[in-house]
Order: sequence, then C-alpha cells, then structure tokens
Amino acid sequence: MHPAYSVILFTTASGAGYGLLFWLGLGHLTGLIHGAGWMPVITLTVALGLITLGLLSSAFHLGRPERALGAFSQWRSSWLSREGVVAVATYVPAGLWWLLWLFGNGSVTPFLGLLAAIGAAVTVYCTGMIYASLRTIRQWNRPTVPWIYIALAAGTGGLLLALLLPSTFAALAALISLGAAAVLKLAYWKEIDADPGQYTAEMATGLGHLGTVRPLDPPHSTPNFVMREMGYAVARNHALKLRKVALLALFALPLFLIFIGMFAGWLALVPAVLLAAVGVVTERWLFFAEAEHVSQLYYGKARA
Amino acid sequence: MTTLPETTGKKLGLVIDLDKCVGCHACATSCKEWNTGGYSAPLSDHDPYGADPSGAWLNRIHSYEVESGPISKTVHFPRSCLHCEEPACVTVCPTGASYKREADGIVLVNPDTCIGCKLCSWACPYGAREYDHDDGVMKKCTLCVDRIYNETIPEEDRVPACVRACPTGARAFGDLGDPDSEVSQEVEARGGFNLLDEFGYKPVNKYLPPRFAKVDTPAPQIVEKEPVAPQNGSAVEKLFAWVDRALSS
Repeated sequence: MHPAYSVILFTTASGAGYGLLFWLGLGHLTGLIHGAGWMPVITLTVALGLITLGLLSSAFHLGRPERALGAFSQWRSSWLSREGVVAVATYVPAGLWWLLWLFGNGSVTPFLGLLAAIGAAVTVYCTGMIYASLRTIRQWNRPTVPWIYIALAAGTGGLLLALLLPSTFAALAALISLGAAAVLKLAYWKEIDADPGQYTAEMATGLGHLGTVRPLDPPHSTPNFVMREMGYAVARNHALKLRKVALLALFALPLFLIFIGMFAGWLALVPAVLLAAVGVVTERWLFFAEAEHVSQLYYGKARA
Repeated sequence: MTTLPETTGKKLGLVIDLDKCVGCHACATSCKEWNTGGYSAPLSDHDPYGADPSGAWLNRIHSYEVESGPISKTVHFPRSCLHCEEPACVTVCPTGASYKREADGIVLVNPDTCIGCKLCSWACPYGAREYDHDDGVMKKCTLCVDRIYNETIPEEDRVPACVRACPTGARAFGDLGDPDSEVSQEVEARGGFNLLDEFGYKPVNKYLPPRFAKVDTPAPQIVEKEPVAPQNGSAVEKLFAWVDRALSS
C-alpha cells in the first residue's frame, strides 16, 4: 500500500496525543496528577494539540475535505465513521477539563479525565480497526493490529508524559506500554513473514483449472490509480533494515533512556522522545509499505 | 446508507464470455465515452494521446497467458465492478456515498457526498474502483444506470455501453437473480464462475470459461514487466530517495 504522508502524520501524531490524554486522565483520576501549576495544563494542551494536528492532517488526505461532516453518519457499519464520531465526542470532556484547568479549578476534573481517557482508548481502537477490518490486505487483517495501535499510542503518549510531567507513574506507564508494543510488534512481524497469502492469480482470474496465469499485456501503458495506491512495494532488505531502525529508535533506546531518566532526571527523556518520533514514523511507514493488496493479483502478483 | 439491503429485487449484472473476448478494448473506450458524459461525469483524462496518459477508467482489459505444460493460451480479460452481493466497499464508507441499490443491486457512488477518503478502493479485492484526482471523488462502474432505464434513447440502446459496443458479443447484460433469464441460462449451460469466489463478496457478474485447445506445441517465452510509477521529484521524494540509497549501500 502507498504510504501517504498525511495518514502517517495523522496516525502517529494523534496516536501520541490520545496516549498522552489517556495517561493524563488516568493519572488525574487516581490522584497522581493534580491541576496545580502550569505544567499540567500545558501537558493537556500538548495532547489536544497533537490530536488536532493529526485530525487536520487526516482531513487534508481527503479529496473533498469540505464535505468531511458527512463522515459522522455511517457509524453503524464503518470503522472510519466510528473513529470520527468518537474522536469528536472525546473533545467534549477533554475540552471542558482543559477549560477548568485553565480558568481555576473544579471537583469534576477527575471524572472528565476518566471520560477523556475512555474516549482516547476507543478512538485509537477504531483507528486500528479501520485497517484490521480490511480482508483485502493480509498484513492488516489481524487481531494484533488494533492492539499494536493502542500500545504504540500509549507508549509514545507515556513518553511525552514522562518528559512533561516526570513521575514514577509516567515512567512506568511509558515502560509498560512501550514494552508491550515491542512484544506485539515483534510477534506481528513474525506473523506476517510466515503468511505467504491465501489468494492466487489463478483464483483472481478463475482460470486456475486451465493452468498457471501470468500477465501478457497490461490494460494500459502507464500505471493507473489502483497500481499507484495498492501496488506500492518495498524491497525485502530495505524493510528488514527499517524494522531494525524502528526497533532501536522506537523501543530499545527509549526504554533504556526512560530507565536512565528514573535516576538521572527528565533530561534523558528529550532524546527518548525524539528517537521515538523517528521510530514510530518508520514503523507506520513500514505498516503501509509492507502491506500487500489482493487487487495486485490482476497486475502480476502470484499470491496475496 | 452503507448498511447493505437484505435482499435486492433484481441482481442486475454482466456475463463476460472469455471464449469470445478478443481484447479489442472497444468496451473500455465505449465505457469511457459514455460515462465521461453521464452519471458521475466527467472522468479525468490527462495527456490522453501523449507519452504519459492517466485518468479514471471504469473498465480495464487485461490479457493473460494461461500455461499448462507445453500449451499456453492468451485469455483477454475485461475487469470492472462486479456489483457484489456483500461488498465491503459499501460498508466501509463513512458518509453513505457508497451504496447498493435495493431495487436492482447496482453498487453506486454518490458523487455529491463522496469525500474521497479512498477507503472503498482499499476494501475492493478486484481493484474495480478508481479515484478521480480532478474531482476528488471515487469513480466506478454504474452498470450504465443512466442508460438501462433511459426512455429518451432507443430501446436497443438501453443496455450498458460496454455490452452495446462489444463486436464479438462477449458481453451480456441481465438479471442474474432470475434463474429463467437469458444470462442465468447461459451461465448455467456454460459453467459460469465468480472471480475470487474464495473471498466471499458474492459477485453478481459472472465469467464464462475459455475453451482450451489441447495442441502439442511448446509455449513461447515472453517476459514482460508491469510499468513502474514515476517519481514526482518533490523534496520529500528526494529525501526518501536518499534514505533508499543510504539503506542500499
């Protein structure tokens, strides 16, 4: 699948924003994070800023952004619509919470934090399910996919929390969720490497009973939309190198730096956040680039 | 509504005879000609007579070689929307622009409410939907919904443009939900089949198999590559080209 930069930015930025919102809400609910001082409200602003940046980026991905309101209507069947509905609904408690922290205080903010945390988790689950529900792409159509989205959102958001509001709670949140994401992602790569694809060019053309099928003449002299969008392929050795980059930058080094930060202070979290940003963008780029679409069986792929 | 109708009154669709198709592309050009002036018009068409043509086409004609031992056969293979009975392209649509008609089963995109998120094209295993970069909306085969019920054109023209254009009679149009219809009878008699039946979207369109002459001649060796998408030369492309080189070294 073609890795669109707007979708990579959307899923990584809003993922980190929702992760940060999730931990902030949970921390506030349990009394570990208080609204006193400027840093809590700044942290909440960063979370909402990343979420908004991501959502705007996803709107620019649309061919007709001015009609985006229509996307809230089909939540009965469409994960994309559900994601939109929950994303907007999450703004209500999160926005109220932000206002209350900005202009004085209120006893309801822990409850608003809980609602925002639930909204954040459900939104990221919906994002994951948009991909996991597509049977046309075997690398996406897996039960692990939404949980990887959730673990990575929680991990990158946890890192930001550890940088902006350092505490044992923040460090543990980042450690546990990044660790879980690393385990899930390694299992995911093992899974997709072991799956050669169950559909063949013979099934796609229905000509298998006559022999093996290969393209002789393409339908057009230059690539069409389906080939550009669905036919993106990354060389195997590039993918393996980029997986190593993602493993190091997103998991190994930040996990080590969080550990260091627990003793040496928050400054160790600055390189951890920057490395994780590079790592998560690489991971997301690979998520698209390594995905193979069944339609490419009509364009010369033997299996998908 | 993107939830699917439980049943459709008719199952209108096409039957494509792979034994008769000669790969002339008349159905594709006729489709483009009609649909660039019909429902969801126009279809983008860039540099059509130049070196780098591109644009939205609703019907594409592949040519495959089917090899069985020393024997091989060229099969011309028209491919368009199959108007599936259970199409995920409809259920994934966030706006309801993509829908399946209850009356006749035709799958359509409403060009006035589509937001161009492209998710339907990702959900289609047949690669049947093409995004129109000029309009910012998705385009697909309409089964010429603006011809088949059109009382302002002569009755013999009230079939999809591709069917009307086919010089060898390799394409037929009718109600595949009615077992007594001419198309259903033909599918029954000739062993018509579904494309990628294993996927389970239950396509309405059917294909009739080509006959396979058993002649003892060696197959020719032809190696051909699919065209590769060009780079646009932007700064981001260059950055990624640099990453590509760095990783290759």
